[in-house]
Amino acid sequence: MPLDESAALPRIREIIADHQALEGPLLPILHAIQAEFGHVPQSALLEIAQALSLGKAEVHGVMSFYHDFRAAPAGRHVIKICRAEACQSMGADKLADLLQQKLGIGWHETTADGAVTLEPVFCLGLCACAPSALVDGKLVGRLDEDTVQQIASEVRA
Amino acid sequence: MRIYVPRDAAAKALGADAVAKAIAAEATRRGLDVQLVRNGSRGMVWLEPLVEVETATGRMAFGPVCADDVAGLFASGWDQHPKALGRTDELPWLRAQTRLTFARVGVIDPLSLADYRAHGGLKGLERALEMDAAAIVEEVKASGLRGRGGAGFPTGIKWDTVRQAAGPRKYIVCNADEGDSGTFADRMLMEGDPLTLIEGMTIAGLACGATKGFVYIRSEYPDAIEVMQAALDVARAGGVLGASVMGRGPAFDIEVRVGAGAYVCGEETSLLNSLEGKRGTVRAKPPLPALQGFMGRPTVVNNVISLASVPTVLANGAAAYAALGIGRSRGTIPLQIAGNVKHGGLFEAAFGMSLRQIVTDLAGGTASGRPVKAVQVGGPLGAYLAPHQFDVPFGYEEYAGQNALIGHAGIVVFDDSADMLKMARFAMEFCAIESCGKCTPCRIGAVRGVETLDRIAQGDTSAMPLLADLCETMKAGSLCALGGFTPYPVMSAVTHFPDDFAPMKEAAE
Repeated sequence: MPLDESAALPRIREIIADHQALEGPLLPILHAIQAEFGHVPQSALLEIAQALSLGKAEVHGVMSFYHDFRAAPAGRHVIKICRAEACQSMGADKLADLLQQKLGIGWHETTADGAVTLEPVFCLGLCACAPSALVDGKLVGRLDEDTVQQIASEVRA
Repeated sequence: MRIYVPRDAAAKALGADAVAKAIAAEATRRGLDVQLVRNGSRGMVWLEPLVEVETATGRMAFGPVCADDVAGLFASGWDQHPKALGRTDELPWLRAQTRLTFARVGVIDPLSLADYRAHGGLKGLERALEMDAAAIVEEVKASGLRGRGGAGFPTGIKWDTVRQAAGPRKYIVCNADEGDSGTFADRMLMEGDPLTLIEGMTIAGLACGATKGFVYIRSEYPDAIEVMQAALDVARAGGVLGASVMGRGPAFDIEVRVGAGAYVCGEETSLLNSLEGKRGTVRAKPPLPALQGFMGRPTVVNNVISLASVPTVLANGAAAYAALGIGRSRGTIPLQIAGNVKHGGLFEAAFGMSLRQIVTDLAGGTASGRPVKAVQVGGPLGAYLAPHQFDVPFGYEEYAGQNALIGHAGIVVFDDSADMLKMARFAMEFCAIESCGKCTPCRIGAVRGVETLDRIAQGDTSAMPLLADLCETMKAGSLCALGGFTPYPVMSAVTHFPDDFAPMKEAAE
């Protein structure tokens, strides 16, 4: 369901006010807004810009620089598969291919029903139990074909 | 009965939470009074979740334990169970280490100040409080401690620059943006013994005249973020941090900041821009961050392990630390053994071990059982080493002599199924994805690098000199290590594994 941006404004202003006294408050504000709404709504950019005496383009520039911040909501489930070297050494590429095939989407895509978003991640620090993934915030180590199949069916259920 | 189940992210990724839950449930069912401690990991990741039971004769280890084992462990009286490994501190992997920085990781409750003190914590800070700033800096200089993030710059010299810089407000910034594949020492330390990092940063604050610290942790480490934040509350409540350090020093406090998925923010000037709320682009140096860092003020930027090694240096003296190691690489280094290995994990040892010892003796060879083909040391910007280089001792200069780097001491092993042309292409692709865009050799070079490697893969031999030339340009012309060091994995793959670049050429001829 799309976010009613005008209804979200009071909460956005509250989040900005909560963080404004920090030294360098922009990233903490963007994180807090995304934690609340699942993405950073357009209307927040202007609010942040005004509160921090920045241009809206500047805020957009910061937000779009970082991989974490989303301009639109993700699917109901988010799967992040590690693509970095240690996981590759244990066959992560093949597992990622399998998952893409099972879900019918590529990197950075969301299934048409809005159920799943698939994203690459470059290292979760689980390199001694590779390959690894982050499924809805839960870490999974030693991925294999069975666990990938299981993850794919759980998120489509 | 006290039982330890790690809360380390790797242990959790292998089911530690379910094991902890099963133990609590089984204890209730049997009417036993069990105190469950969520400790850090002992670093033997192949044995995770590693459960420990405290007994009169020491802690006994069991692993790898899954939730289904729990009822059986209780029923068998533990010791007779097939998952029993014996006394933890007698396990060969632990006995062979020199654990200084990681002395308490896996041993203590990470959020207990009493436990921390009982295991030697705060001794370094207590001593620092009796010294003047210059003397603390001298001690760190004398220890020979160098930046463990990879650059290897002497920590004491950096501190001295900040100490002598004029300014009403100075900062200690801890770089916990551990993005290199194959590395997890920062994560393990923050999750297993966060108070050591807090103590190290506080000592840095005393030495440099800084009153504020930041720990910049990557967002990919939610567990480390949670533990660090809780540990800061513990340190404040215990009077370690606050208006007066330990109730008798100057003010010092620390704030956790969370990154947002940009690898380049592990570079110190990008990190500072990110902390300030800007795009994480690299700054040209000079000015040095030590003089004009966070908000233009004098700032120490140190890696987690550099700062976490300071308490042991102060507690036991610089000489004891400097007595370990080889050449200009003094002290210990937490080796992170990862990738295609039988026994992966963290092993802290004095500098000087050979890769052969690490890969054969410690790691036990590959997990797949196939021969080792290549080892990447130092993350995605580190060189691939071939078996003929495996006798080089682990040290900053020793690796530089091989056109390689130790970086943050991540060691990723590949078996003979690895395609080194593909790995070289990945290095360029990763650089293209993560480039901050500030300098041309990195921003454009990485994209051209991918294209050039694709040409080579299709059999275009004329692209080989072009690739070497491009790597030279990136190495010499990039502003930071991202563009500047990406040539290491690429050219080491070309140099040491020419066969992976040759068959296509032959086919084309």
